[in-house]
Amino acid sequence: MTLATALFLLVLFVITLTVAAYSTYAERKVAAFLQDRIGPDRAGPFGILQPLADGTKMFMKEDFIPAAANRRLFTLGPAIAMVTALMTGVVIPWGGELTLFGETFKLQGTDPEIGILYVFAIVSIGVYGIMLGGWASNNKYALLGSVRAASQMVSYELGLGLSIVALVMLNGTLSLGGIVEHQAANGWNILYQPLGFLIFLVCAFAETNRSPFDMPECETELVGGYHTEFSSMKLGFFLFAEYTNMFISSAVISTLYFGGYHVPGLDRLGLDPNLTTLIGTAALFAKTFFFIFFFMWVRWSTPRFRFDQLMNLGWKGLIPLGIANVLITGTVYHLVELWKG
Amino acid sequence: MAALFYILAALSVISALTVVGARNPVTSVIALVVCFLSIAAHYVLLNAQFLAMVHVIVYTGAIMVLFLFVIMLLNLNKPDGPRKSLAMRLAAAVAGGLLFITLAAAVRQGVQIPPAAGFDPGVGLVRSVGHVLFTEFLLPFEVSSVLFLSAIVGVVMLAKKDKDGTDQATDITEAERARRAA
Amino acid sequence: MSAPKPLTDRSRVVSDKRMTLMERIYLPAMVAGLLITIKHFFRRKPTIRYPEQERPRPAVYRGRHVLKRDEQGRERCTACGLCAVACPAEAISMVADERRPDEAHLYREEKYARIYQIDMLCCIYCGLCEEACPKEAIFLTDRLVKADHLRMPFVFGKDELVEPLDPAKRIDVSGRQTAAVLKFKQNPRYAHNR
Repeated sequence: MTLATALFLLVLFVITLTVAAYSTYAERKVAAFLQDRIGPDRAGPFGILQPLADGTKMFMKEDFIPAAANRRLFTLGPAIAMVTALMTGVVIPWGGELTLFGETFKLQGTDPEIGILYVFAIVSIGVYGIMLGGWASNNKYALLGSVRAASQMVSYELGLGLSIVALVMLNGTLSLGGIVEHQAANGWNILYQPLGFLIFLVCAFAETNRSPFDMPECETELVGGYHTEFSSMKLGFFLFAEYTNMFISSAVISTLYFGGYHVPGLDRLGLDPNLTTLIGTAALFAKTFFFIFFFMWVRWSTPRFRFDQLMNLGWKGLIPLGIANVLITGTVYHLVELWKG
Repeated sequence: MAALFYILAALSVISALTVVGARNPVTSVIALVVCFLSIAAHYVLLNAQFLAMVHVIVYTGAIMVLFLFVIMLLNLNKPDGPRKSLAMRLAAAVAGGLLFITLAAAVRQGVQIPPAAGFDPGVGLVRSVGHVLFTEFLLPFEVSSVLFLSAIVGVVMLAKKDKDGTDQATDITEAERARRAA
Repeated sequence: MSAPKPLTDRSRVVSDKRMTLMERIYLPAMVAGLLITIKHFFRRKPTIRYPEQERPRPAVYRGRHVLKRDEQGRERCTACGLCAVACPAEAISMVADERRPDEAHLYREEKYARIYQIDMLCCIYCGLCEEACPKEAIFLTDRLVKADHLRMPFVFGKDELVEPLDPAKRIDVSGRQTAAVLKFKQNPRYAHNR
């Protein structure tokens, strides 16, 4: 690993944490605005120092571990949740190439051939944090929350995977950088895969445990769900992991379906390549922030599903739709190939 | 690279032993997860990224989650299993020891590990794996998918209720179940 | 028999009919909900940012109490205890004492309240004390009681209740002296207060 990559990863780490921290603030502001309130406005101008105040509060709280809890797993749970949330950002292409001091850097941690699968693998490990944390609490609400989380995430990974299969068939690569380049050449994937995008979006909501699929931490039924017994920064890690996941999945949605850092028509302007790259990165962040806002917008607009409805939707709705999408995509793709000759 | 290999190898062996030795079933599951992850890391060392990721997704991310799921619901967190009698334990030790000796002898004499000559670093990439799957190993690949299909059909049969409300698996009608519950 | 007329126009008949396809795919309802909330997003917020902004209070607002002094700066309260008796929340307590000759410039009557306490957490701000007072000594004002973390600071003693001696800093209670009250005061029975 070169020094440049290490530096890039450090910057990425800091940016991810900052975005996650400010997502908590944004969530409260968006919730307030959707409900005709103004939200936190006391800490600093417009309350922009609120995340610092929240973080300080989290650190100051007593770190309580229930007597009957399994101490090691209780600590391991939030750690796994946080680490897996932070691991995904490495393969996302955050921008094009940047030429500095006569050397060319790519704004991507690494571009493995199987980028999408890497994202999936990390997401599927992420559920262990919730499961172990919930089980180790030795609390029935926490256990129910973690059991719900496990079944929900395993179920919706299938839908997520199926929607990706069609996408990969079109793009001919599993690498995220390759997918962005393919979109730059042939138009964004959302134009070809509207159904796949819908399935992916719904599954992304379920995978990040966001409303309307936030059954694992459903307050009205399960007190706090899997993090009922957690306090202080352990709770903070769980909450932080949720927002980091939201940021990363927004970035993945933008990358897979909305051209990533690609801005249509930007190449034709003939700008300085470095400037083009920076505009692209800014565009990716704009797309990502829009989806973060969308996540919040949905959360404060819709009631929660019931758990059997959730399972019905996943298994009887999204998976058949995903399979149909794969079939349709394959058929149309080959018909177009035949027609082209 | 060699140091990394030895660390990973030690990790997989230790975690595999923990799976068998741990008294708490949840510890066993976690050790198995660690074992699978370290095996995935071995695949990465061999440049078989596709295999590594699929391994993590399927085994670590799906199957082990279900394992953990079941263990959590069964509430098996009593650390001690049932006590076995001395004769049973002695018999188990002798049988296990004999098996170990046999295996060790077989490995020492029979199995020859050829040196990794002419290793093609591209063999584990998506393109080559896919190519092999759809040419050389097409039949086994398709047969295994038929196996999965039959498993799916079986599960659906077990879970599906008849029109009159009879549960296929237990042959109890809804009314009967309600009566028993009452 | 015809169904009784509903009390509001918002009542809906609940039905458990099978949902239509449009309803079962959830998305139209979801989008409708999203449109409703996004309209609220851009709506003007009715929030009043309290310490900086204050909601206008009516002149007859019943807030924090004041114990009035007369024109010569003497306390009007004579510790008769009628306010405490009238108080439905039993928030008022007092200890009476006899005025010494050298204190005539401080207290209007020969008997005065050495201690006068109102527990602002008990008080329900009904204004019955004000109505009961025969000396026009206690009034509710449009001032608010400051928030605090503890209970004790809410037990207001004379130091917080009695208005300042300085004529410039007197508390104005004319807001609560509505026309009806002023007319009532013309009654010759209350001439001693003037």
